[in-house]
Amino acid sequence: MALSSRHLLGLQGVPKEDIQTILDTAHTFREILERPIKKVPTLQGKTIVNLFYESSTRTRISFELAEKRLSADSINFSVSGSSVSKGETFKDTIKNIEAMKVDMVVVRHAAAGTPSYLTKISSSNIINAGDGIHEHPTQALLDMYSIRQKLGHLEGLKVCIVGDVAHSRVALSNIFGLKTMGAKVSICGPSTMIPRDIKDLGVDVIYNIDEAIQDNDVLNVLRIQLERKAREYFPSIREYAKYFGITQERLDKNGKDILILHPGPINRGVELSSEVADGSNQIILYQVTNGVAIRMAVLYLLGTLN
Amino acid sequence: MKVVLKNVDVIHPEEKLNLKGVSVLLNDGAISKIGELAKNEIEGAKEFDFSGKILVPGLFDMHVHLREPGREDEETVITGCNSASAGGFTGVACMPNTEPAIDTAEVVKFIKEQASNHLVDVYPVAAASLGRKSEIISPMAELIEAGAVAFSDDGVAIKNSSVLRRAFEYANMFNAPIIEHCEDESLADGSMNEGINSTLLGLPGLPSVAEDIVVSRDILMADYIGGSIHIAHISTKNSVSLVREAKRRGIKVTAEVTPHHFTLTDDALKTYDTNMKMNPPLRTQADVDAIIKGLKDGTIDCIASDHAPHSLEEKESEFQFAPNGIVGFETTVGLTFSELLHKNKLSIEELIKKLSINPRKILNLPIPTFQAGALANFTILDTNLVWTVDISKFKSKSKNSPFDKRLLTGKSLAVINNKKMYADGQWINLSGA
Repeated sequence: MALSSRHLLGLQGVPKEDIQTILDTAHTFREILERPIKKVPTLQGKTIVNLFYESSTRTRISFELAEKRLSADSINFSVSGSSVSKGETFKDTIKNIEAMKVDMVVVRHAAAGTPSYLTKISSSNIINAGDGIHEHPTQALLDMYSIRQKLGHLEGLKVCIVGDVAHSRVALSNIFGLKTMGAKVSICGPSTMIPRDIKDLGVDVIYNIDEAIQDNDVLNVLRIQLERKAREYFPSIREYAKYFGITQERLDKNGKDILILHPGPINRGVELSSEVADGSNQIILYQVTNGVAIRMAVLYLLGTLN
Repeated sequence: MKVVLKNVDVIHPEEKLNLKGVSVLLNDGAISKIGELAKNEIEGAKEFDFSGKILVPGLFDMHVHLREPGREDEETVITGCNSASAGGFTGVACMPNTEPAIDTAEVVKFIKEQASNHLVDVYPVAAASLGRKSEIISPMAELIEAGAVAFSDDGVAIKNSSVLRRAFEYANMFNAPIIEHCEDESLADGSMNEGINSTLLGLPGLPSVAEDIVVSRDILMADYIGGSIHIAHISTKNSVSLVREAKRRGIKVTAEVTPHHFTLTDDALKTYDTNMKMNPPLRTQADVDAIIKGLKDGTIDCIASDHAPHSLEEKESEFQFAPNGIVGFETTVGLTFSELLHKNKLSIEELIKKLSINPRKILNLPIPTFQAGALANFTILDTNLVWTVDISKFKSKSKNSPFDKRLLTGKSLAVINNKKMYADGQWINLSGA
């Protein structure tokens, strides 16, 4: 089944059928990842550029692996060591890459909307691998796939996104995707990290982490970006960990078999205690494995669409 | 040259003139007669038939960026004045955020010199603080003597309240207003209005309160010192209320709004079009409604374009990295008439005050008079002309407009000033008997 768009820019407005198709397709690729020979010829002859204007390890590796497993030719472009440092405009860089005849572009950029801008200046299929604080659709898709695999369904599930929602592209994509799939979404975090108008998206806002644990089936815990401006949004890491960190004690106290997701990398002792990060509720490494399958599915569905 | 403008409706709200289908006779660029003209009076005159059109005091745009000196690749004083003429303006006040800033008499004189032979009168607004850095006030006496008419750090607010106080106190000696770009820098680290749309687009927001805080500070300071404050490009509902309340209390405050702030909302940013990026940012429908109410009840005194040319290569970039601003001269009249006259929000007399009379009053400049013997300073408008904006036809050096291909009703047909006429893309020299 084909998708309704030739790009994946975000999950806002993506129809339920498309998400369903991606998750189902990922499931078939997931099986390939368990084989001794983890490669299929599906995208042989296709050229994919991984355009990373912002540093990333796991997302880039995950895309790269997905591309290799589909037998595509992939090129990595990252800001350091490129013409960007020589003052070339973004548009000129894109035009140059495109002149070498590429089919798909996977883009990560610090400026929101850049994937959308790319669709106007390029004829390739564009896949958003994270744009500023806007969207990170493949992360949300792999989160949804992981939840669906563990709990059997998404419809009617109660999912709470915990942490710095205001500066998270993972949060927004999860909100759009999960709501489309019929889940009930809430967010929990310090009020300085919750966008003022977020309730207009049809999500509940909770400021108490214990309530969030009690009321939900799933917690998707965001990374507190210690290296970014996020540090200005709460008084101290200690205070954050004390009032919003997930500890085993908190999970035990609220007596629930809750599923815990985290997009990584984890700040141990901040948003998750080490005990929780390695404990029985979390599915963090399972998400990472599923990430490759989800990216294979997206590349396959867009790459074979014409 | 002898010129007759035939069958035109003459409107001058300040002189209480409203004449239907009269003729205007000019000699050597000055008014010799307005009314019925006998055959012998128009003998040998070049005739223009303006049946059904209106003739008003030349329009004045009090907030424009001419980019010279510094960014001559984007606009020069001359190309900016050409664009102003095409848009219907005979006078402009240009902002000091040039490179170098307009903070010395030399730069003021340079700009005046560049414009000296043009139809359009150019009045520099000088920097309020040296280099617009909000540290030391600019040499205002010297700047006024060279031809500056007001002071502003436009592009940013005067950040330091103590410098603001000194600027008010010092500018008061010359009866010159302080024009403020009201924005609290510490709250303004964003690239569009903060709200549901900025959340959806993942763009950092510029909250409306960043404007409101500085508007209130400036009003309070103007009240305390007794100076005149002019609020540039007002964009929020609360700022409109603050100005209304301040006027009621008798504080010397005036305000302007741009056409884009009463025409568009932040819904227009959904495609990340960098031509929709400006500062202040496009706000919400509630703000637009408050602005139109403020225009109607006199809270907002005038309409100014905030003409801000930018090069294509700078605008063609990732949204967050693109510069703020749009070109405005050639769409201001069309947008104003489409949105305010034809939607029955304001009358033609009210609009002429906002586009011609009030800006000159705020800057203490003479209002063009229609008395015989006076130099003709006119704009001739067709309020009903339906036309499509085409950026490739702009006289401005830059083309960064969000209104390309937009259908507008109302356009300037001709301007006359300084013994020159601009009509149908032609320059006509009116000097000589």
